[in-house]
Amino acid sequence: MRVMAQIAMVMNLDKCIGCSACSVTCKQTWTNRRGVEYVWFNNVETRPGLGYPRRYADQEKWKGGWELDKRGRLKLKQGGRFKKLAEIFANPVLPTVEDYYEPWTYDYGNLQQAPLGEDYPVARPRSLLSGKPMDTVRWSANWDDNLGGAPEYGPEDPIVQKMHAVRAEVGAKVKFEFEQAFMFYLPRICEHCLNPACVASCPSGALYKRVEDGIVLVDQDRCRGWRQCVTACPYKKVYFNHRTGKAEKCTFCYPRVEVGLPTVCSETCPGRLRYLGVMLYDADKVADAARTEDDRDLYEAQLGVFLDPADPAVTRAAEAAGIPHDWIEAAKRSPVHKLICDYRVALPLHPEFRTLPMVWYVPPLSPMVEAVADSGHDGEDAGNLFGAIDALRIPVEYLAELFTAGDTVPVRAALGRLAAMRDYMRAVNLGAEPEEPSVEIEELYRLLAIAKYEERYVIPTAAMADAHAMEEAALASGCSVDDFDASDIDDSGPFGDGSGPKNLPMVTLEDFHAMRRRQTADRQEEQ
Amino acid sequence: MKTFLWGALPYIAAAILITGLVWRYRYDKFGWTTRSSQSYESKVLNIASPMFHYGILFVLLGHLMGLFIPASWTDAVGFDEHWYNLLSLFAGVAAGALAVIGIVMLIYRRRTTPAVFRATTRNDKLMYVVLLAAIIMGMVAKLAHSGIHEGYDYRSTIAPWCRSLFTLNPKTSLMADAPVLFQIHAVIGLLLFCLLPFTRLVHMFSAPVQYLFRPYIVYRGRDPRGLSERPTQRGWEGLEG
Ligand code: HEM
Ligand code: SF4
Ligand code: SF4
Repeated sequence: MRVMAQIAMVMNLDKCIGCSACSVTCKQTWTNRRGVEYVWFNNVETRPGLGYPRRYADQEKWKGGWELDKRGRLKLKQGGRFKKLAEIFANPVLPTVEDYYEPWTYDYGNLQQAPLGEDYPVARPRSLLSGKPMDTVRWSANWDDNLGGAPEYGPEDPIVQKMHAVRAEVGAKVKFEFEQAFMFYLPRICEHCLNPACVASCPSGALYKRVEDGIVLVDQDRCRGWRQCVTACPYKKVYFNHRTGKAEKCTFCYPRVEVGLPTVCSETCPGRLRYLGVMLYDADKVADAARTEDDRDLYEAQLGVFLDPADPAVTRAAEAAGIPHDWIEAAKRSPVHKLICDYRVALPLHPEFRTLPMVWYVPPLSPMVEAVADSGHDGEDAGNLFGAIDALRIPVEYLAELFTAGDTVPVRAALGRLAAMRDYMRAVNLGAEPEEPSVEIEELYRLLAIAKYEERYVIPTAAMADAHAMEEAALASGCSVDDFDASDIDDSGPFGDGSGPKNLPMVTLEDFHAMRRRQTADRQEEQ
Repeated sequence: MKTFLWGALPYIAAAILITGLVWRYRYDKFGWTTRSSQSYESKVLNIASPMFHYGILFVLLGHLMGLFIPASWTDAVGFDEHWYNLLSLFAGVAAGALAVIGIVMLIYRRRTTPAVFRATTRNDKLMYVVLLAAIIMGMVAKLAHSGIHEGYDYRSTIAPWCRSLFTLNPKTSLMADAPVLFQIHAVIGLLLFCLLPFTRLVHMFSAPVQYLFRPYIVYRGRDPRGLSERPTQRGWEGLEG
């Protein structure tokens, strides 16, 4: 047993209202710069829908993640090491910015500066890639938000297509007529996988998984722009900064997490649906779990990699492995561990990609509740809900394709537990005595419904000894916001944008100044 | 002039190349990248870039063979000048043609795709001029002095001069007597060496062969000194072992 610790996340999809506060605050913090205009480390997609980038989950096209070769060994779907090096000069399956969307701004200045005339001046869209005016804005990070255009785009959702393929013989179809549609939101960040395909694909070894907290990062000084990781990540959560020529990805807000603060997306979510906590796992079992033969067994296999922090043998092994005491204590109180392992209501996203993702989801019961309520019945009643879970095969199968490689059993089980909890708590709220009082259900309810900040985010800090240094880590050493030279950030260096002998620009500061400039600029060129 | 061009310039170029690389590595690790433009445009690049790169890498290999394997060695294994000429002519020209067509397509793409053109710096333009000139002059020199039966035997002039540079005893007159087209090609080539460290071409020095030998998953400890400095190198630790 080789115990390692990771900060993991669970999102309770029932509570997501699709407001995109998480995406926006994340962008303000990390990717509000030139070169990453099209990049959303956190994005919120409506399901069913195409996702961002479009149809990223279709690995027959995008070749992300791992697969098993004929002898049952793990291999990057993109190809082996030799193949990848042979194809390094042009990556045959790299998404272009178009597959995300072409970032744009508007010629706002024209509104004020257009000469007097008959027509109202307009602010035309202008591409941030080519700098040229655009005829139309065709796509964005959530163009099909709230099922917009669902009759057209819905059938192109890779999951819907898979379901169609399965049920072709029955002749049934997933319908996108308004009255039959079900819908939920799926906020996504990098999964900080246990078996990260991005790390495995990086020819320079610039991507790495941090030993202490499992966060997957790109060493900007080592990245040489071979752009293999973009293809390798099946969730398409490594992005190419087209200005600096380097890969960038979600950082799990490590400067915050190191000092015990939740990530920005968690902090700013009005739905309070994100949970952060420590997971202990056995690093020796990771490769075996990822090699599990049947896609549908990967969920169970990953559960088998996690260790129970309440088990004294695990605690001893963790201490022997050098995991700090407060991390082990945090693991015992981890809300993430409870939702994943104890209550088993959280499920992994696309386990069939075999990267062993570490951002898990409580599947949404609300499509069933709404269906029951719309039909004039009591949407909180367990009997009705269980009936709905059985009757609404399409949403359940959809969720199963998303979370358990198509196996509906764990999804039903998780939804069943949520339905039972609703029913139970309604009885309690109405003053009726529950038939069998259950501390466990009440605990689950507390955690999902009313848990306070400290219960949702149980984040041990980086070793106390260097806590002070960590506070400073958000800033380059010897540099503070005050003496930060704003002119230093955007000008192109001698060898192309961002190059040259200077300290790495701190992205949060760069974003701050870029935003300030945009707010006050009259014309696009001034931005 | 003869001494400068063939006795001094090569050493100047080598010095600039080496100190330039060291300097760039120390001061601009962040700028050391291919600056791939594939996220703007993929279709043409998918054909042009492999074509160019395979072409230029074979050309490079050909140069190494031609310049550093003495004729006496190939003769010894029974591979005489006649066969060598044919190999050099057909394989060399094929590789050269790949490189030329590739680079022309790359330049065309660069000029006509607005986003790629916008991302092209003056530095890139200079690099392209010199690189293209070196390749074209090489092809011209080769073709102008070649025939099926007999070609210009650079292995008795240019190659010994080149090797003599490494023994610090440059035989400048060998090169001074070579055809002028080859001389021009050599000077542009040396100029290109001077430019390498200061352009995007540095990416060739970080060709990631080590990828073949390391474990897939890389673990690294948090850098105790914070974020700005370079983290200490850790051993590679593998999952798959
Ligand atoms: C040694 C191994 C080499 C590797 C692995 C390599 C790899 C690459 C890669 C990945 C790109 C980026 C292509 C893109 O996505 O835009 C690139 C671009 C380029 N490489 Fe190389 N390269 C190598 C050697 C060379 C050599 C020897 C030369 C020329 C002397 C060269 C000249 C170029 C040029 C001119 C470009 C820019 C292409 C363009 O976008 O217009 N490379 N290289
Ligand atoms: S989700 Fe994150 S850790 Fe996993 S492969 Fe993608 S970028 Fe890497
Ligand atoms: S995760 Fe939270 S912040 Fe993000 S869209 Fe959902 S409710 Fe809004």
